[in-house]
Amino acid sequence: MSAASNDTPLLRLRGISKSFGAVQALTDVDLDVRAGEVTALLGDNGAGKSVLIKTVAGIHSPDHGEIEWEGTPVRVRTPRDAAALGIETVYQDLALCNNLDIVENMFLGRERTKGFVLDEEQMETAAQETLSSLAVTTVRSIRQPVASLSGGQRQSVAIAKSVLWNAKLVIMDEPTAALGVAQTRMVLDLVRRLADRGHAALIISHNMNDVFEVADRLAVLYLGKMVAVRPASEMDRQIAVDLMTTGASSRQSAAAQDGEGG
Amino acid sequence: MSTVDEPVGPEIPPEELSEEAARKAELAVPASLVAGSASEYLRSSLTRIRAGEAGVLPVIGGLIVVSILFQSLNSHFLTAQNLVNLLIQAAVFALLGMGEVFVLLLGEIDLSVGYVAGMGAVIMADAAGPAHGWPWYAAIALALLACAGIGLIQGLIITQIGLPSFVVTLAGLLFWQGVMLKILGNGGTIPINDTVINDIASNNLSNAASWVVMLVIVGAFAVLAWRRDAKRRNAGLVAPPPTITLLKIGVTLACGVGLVILCTVNRGIIEPISGVPWVVLLVLGVLGAWSFLLGRTQIGRYVYAIGGNAEAARRAGISVSAIRTLAFTLTGLTAGIAGIVYASRLRSISTTLDGGTLVLYAVAAAVIGGTSLMGGRGQALHGVLGGIVIAAIYNGMGLMGYGAAAQYMVTALVLLAAVTIDATTHRGRTTT
Repeated sequence: MSAASNDTPLLRLRGISKSFGAVQALTDVDLDVRAGEVTALLGDNGAGKSVLIKTVAGIHSPDHGEIEWEGTPVRVRTPRDAAALGIETVYQDLALCNNLDIVENMFLGRERTKGFVLDEEQMETAAQETLSSLAVTTVRSIRQPVASLSGGQRQSVAIAKSVLWNAKLVIMDEPTAALGVAQTRMVLDLVRRLADRGHAALIISHNMNDVFEVADRLAVLYLGKMVAVRPASEMDRQIAVDLMTTGASSRQSAAAQDGEGG
Repeated sequence: MSTVDEPVGPEIPPEELSEEAARKAELAVPASLVAGSASEYLRSSLTRIRAGEAGVLPVIGGLIVVSILFQSLNSHFLTAQNLVNLLIQAAVFALLGMGEVFVLLLGEIDLSVGYVAGMGAVIMADAAGPAHGWPWYAAIALALLACAGIGLIQGLIITQIGLPSFVVTLAGLLFWQGVMLKILGNGGTIPINDTVINDIASNNLSNAASWVVMLVIVGAFAVLAWRRDAKRRNAGLVAPPPTITLLKIGVTLACGVGLVILCTVNRGIIEPISGVPWVVLLVLGVLGAWSFLLGRTQIGRYVYAIGGNAEAARRAGISVSAIRTLAFTLTGLTAGIAGIVYASRLRSISTTLDGGTLVLYAVAAAVIGGTSLMGGRGQALHGVLGGIVIAAIYNGMGLMGYGAAAQYMVTALVLLAAVTIDATTHRGRTTT
């Protein structure tokens, strides 16, 4: 599936601009997100990362610019539009109900029913299959309430939920924030597996270690402008920090010839 | 409890879980879902009870303590005659408590249920009375419709204008009391002469019918429970072992047999009276319907989801305000049923109905039964169990000759104890 889509990016943003009153949040932003890759979105606070992903997720609509999905121009006006296309967003700590169990959370809002009655067997089987296919095996029982899970397990459940709903693009806002070392490891492995299975992953992260460990491609926003989109191999930490804080970098990493130029 | 012993449920690489994490996980899972055998089930149940996750056990324990206490003070308390009387007294509290559970699950409260029940009683009595002469079923339908409508209006005000439920239903408490007084007028009483309506709270099934109905209900429960668990076991899903399913069925049967034996003892003084009261069946029917709605349908699932995390529910595409409005409507409807039972017991409705006290008993019944005030945790069953506890206190204190003053104080202390249990188990819950 990813072989064919390597030439046409799954998601292509062209000239996206967005302002809130007098504040220009995004200016003429271009970005390609490819299936089978992890794209990391970097930027200092206020650089416009959240506005950009909310634009893709259908929470904000852009003032100018085009969004292409699988080569076709689309409009994403609501989160439902995004979900219909196959875009799922994993929000930090906002997506799960603590009092419901894993199966109930994964199917929340899209329960399967037989007549009026919830089809628990079918939902539990499907949830179990998805979790196993993503190798999320540390949970003791998929009927345990989410309140009893660790932060990493919760994040894993939230990501698995998007896979269950056939997301082609999974957007994650700070998926490893507030996680311990082992938990972070677990979530990053899962993000990697997601891309290896042919999904596109777009993550926002402040943690450089995480970014360089998992991302294939880095996109850096500076004051609402996209200042660089490069393969991770052509960047290093110092360049990324320069770009995030000043919008430019005079340094060259070994292979950096700016193949993107866009 | 030690350890990560037998891996139950999905495979766990042991090195992934610290012992502490494993212990926490074990506590969090309902015992019926992880255990592979009956002994494991009992062991994990014990672990959970020790950790304060005891479900309905505290209220059943409390009921036993209250019973022993009152029995030791007055040997009349545990007679069949008094216990059946107690169940009839509990019906109004249990129904109001079940109604309150809907809104408590959302983290809201409805303070108007007492006078909404009063409205139901007045409307029914008036419609069935000489002034209008409606048949009993039409009068009851009108009353229930009106009460659901009151709940709907209050729910719409709360969700559409965005006001706190506490204030809106407090206004409702006053407003509906006023409307009730207005309808009742200066005379203040509407008698009920319709035999069917009066029979709700005062007639009984015959002894033979009591046995048949009980066996049919328990039999249906047994078949459904066994089929469901067997299906889950066969599909390799999380399910209790067969012995536990049988135990559940056995306990239900024992409760049914106990209830019928109790009710078929002659409790008449002048002429013989026996059999299961209609009102007990009515409460069981409402319990079954609301348990089904909350446990097995999307609507119920959404009520729990909103109580757990309203923002997550909204992001999952659930129409939060529609579900909240529906919950207030169902609370109003259930209060209406309680009002009908109340009027049926008195064979009339008058201005003596104290909706302010009734609403406190309603909230107390739900919370004493185990429903959380913080939302997201509770069952219809909690309203019934809590209602029985309140009726037991009410009844026991009455037998011993204490007046309303002492009853209020004791009920308040029991409520306080229940809220304390709720708050402390909530705090102890693993939430990181």
